[in-house]
Amino acid sequence: MDAFITHTGTAVPLRRSNVDTDQIIPAVWLKQVSRTGFEKGLFSAWREDPGFVLNDPAYQGASILVSGPDFGTGSSREHAVWALQQYGFRVVIAARFGDIFRNNSTKMGLLPVVLPGEKVEALQAAVEADPSLPVTVDLEGREVRWADEAVGFEIDDYTRWRLMEGLDDIGLTLRHADDVAAYENERQPWLPTTV
Amino acid sequence: MEQSRNEQEEIMGRTLAEKVWEQHVVRRVDGEPDLLYIDLHLIHEVTSPQAFDGLRLAGRKVRRPDLTIATEDHNVPTVLGPIADPVSKTQVETLRKNAAEFGIRLHPMGDAGQGVVHIIGPQFGLTQPGMTIVCGDSHTSTHGAFGGIAFGIGTSEVEHVLATQTLPAYRPKTMAIEVSGELPVGVTAKDLILAIIAKIGTGGGQGYIVEYRGEAVRKLSMEGRMTVCNMSIEAGARAGLIAPDETTFAYLKGRPHAPSGELWDQAVEYWKSLRTDDDAVFDKVVEIDASTLTPYVTWGTNPGQGLPLGASVPDPASFADPIERSAAERALEYMGLSAGTPLRDVEVDTVFVGSCTNGRIEDLRSAAEILRGRQVKTRTLIVPGSMLVKLQAEQEGLHEVFKAAGAEWREAGCSMCLGMNPDTLQPGERSASTSNRNFEGRQGKGGRTHLVSPQVAAATAVTGRLTAPADL
Repeated sequence: MDAFITHTGTAVPLRRSNVDTDQIIPAVWLKQVSRTGFEKGLFSAWREDPGFVLNDPAYQGASILVSGPDFGTGSSREHAVWALQQYGFRVVIAARFGDIFRNNSTKMGLLPVVLPGEKVEALQAAVEADPSLPVTVDLEGREVRWADEAVGFEIDDYTRWRLMEGLDDIGLTLRHADDVAAYENERQPWLPTTV
Repeated sequence: MEQSRNEQEEIMGRTLAEKVWEQHVVRRVDGEPDLLYIDLHLIHEVTSPQAFDGLRLAGRKVRRPDLTIATEDHNVPTVLGPIADPVSKTQVETLRKNAAEFGIRLHPMGDAGQGVVHIIGPQFGLTQPGMTIVCGDSHTSTHGAFGGIAFGIGTSEVEHVLATQTLPAYRPKTMAIEVSGELPVGVTAKDLILAIIAKIGTGGGQGYIVEYRGEAVRKLSMEGRMTVCNMSIEAGARAGLIAPDETTFAYLKGRPHAPSGELWDQAVEYWKSLRTDDDAVFDKVVEIDASTLTPYVTWGTNPGQGLPLGASVPDPASFADPIERSAAERALEYMGLSAGTPLRDVEVDTVFVGSCTNGRIEDLRSAAEILRGRQVKTRTLIVPGSMLVKLQAEQEGLHEVFKAAGAEWREAGCSMCLGMNPDTLQPGERSASTSNRNFEGRQGKGGRTHLVSPQVAAATAVTGRLTAPADL
């Protein structure tokens, strides 16, 4: 995945809560076996409404999505992350995220940023007032900045390091193959196999 | 997963989730997630193709094909015959090719062992207490009913487990949901979990593993426990579990992959230790009194928007929180409902009994009991969760009950739980569904979903309106 250190771009406000992954990418799009082409499915049902915020020309080219709470709940489909990235998003900001979505995002280098609800709303209002407002998401400094605001966010050191280095998780784990083999020798004898 | 360590865990008792987690730590280093061993990896056609592609690109193998099992469920039609949709067909064929190439056991369409991924693990006895189980599907939480840690993962993690049989993860915090009292007659495990989600909300369990405890939970059958754990994710919790007991052991005994002989005795002795210590402390405790519950139904577009069936559609203005208020407004608009309408007056076009939430034999029996000698007024799909459930239901004559009532008796699959196969709602159609998600468009674009128990689904099929069996 691409390394993420800091990103500055424009943002789009999504004033909805419980944006589940079925909305981010409806199931009919999940039938593909490739990893590409999912941007067409992003919010595909909602995008049919000309009034939907992603259809507003003022927000074209935005790379930061600022959503209401409980973004990415529901299905484990990583296609939701692929769709957001392939559409052009690098960051999603919300007060709360579904656990699986947040995990999937960090595996792919899409940065999920948790800010307090009132800060999310302040950012949404600022972007609505000026859609060209530059917003900076600084992973190294763990801070989101816009206009004269600077709001810190939390992320654990390990995930931050992995994102900043753009490291492949599997490669990291395979360094510990000996530990895995040692564990396997000690597993309980009744545990099932599928054969 | 969320990082949280009970600082006193060295001296205090441990919760069940902590015990299972600790048993699976391959490697622990300060400042890094634990490397967790995975005992069983379940695969289906939707979330695996890109993971297998990743393995091929990197020249990697599946580390433990013998701890991996695959089935075809999300895309499959539930009427006999080939898959008509070429894109669905390609996805299923891709799974077959990948399973053959990497040496993974697969139960394809038409196979006696085929079924919804979360139905087949328990039915084969592959799901056992104390195990770690993952699948590229959020309803993997189902398997926690046996007292293990089971959670859904994305495709990157599917690839990680295929390659290493491990996952790096922070241990979530622990939550106890204490269910006191007894469920009244006619109130089911589904009503209990819908009531829990309505109480704590879709974000209430985020960052936690939930342990369901208390008298009402102990009295549930394994099928009921699976229904409860299945919908943990709908409350935001990636995993939910229930301590194993005699009900668990009785369910497992004699199943094809359950231990036997001396190993069975050893296993049971260990399984009996899998309970939360009396002095263990949960990070959060939620209490609910089962004896006050009645059949539940959702009125909105997330599973937290649920009420007793005897209630009316809520007025958005009654929500103090502005975010909940606007969500309710939007939900009523999507659902085509007006505030104040009694839920019992809501008419449906379709009834669906099935899915990983309610597609097991006990669910079919309870629906059949209500439909016996009655006629359905709506399109009614009865979809067994697996071919073995179908076989058992037919041996018990349940299919004859369903057909005589005018319901459709189908082949096993995910069916109308999600719009990936031919079983869908048309725009504006309304269902009473035993599945797990009432999201916008979940059962087909523009479709409207009310989540209910199998009993309420069957009674609703008889009247054409949301109905509890007691109303018949």
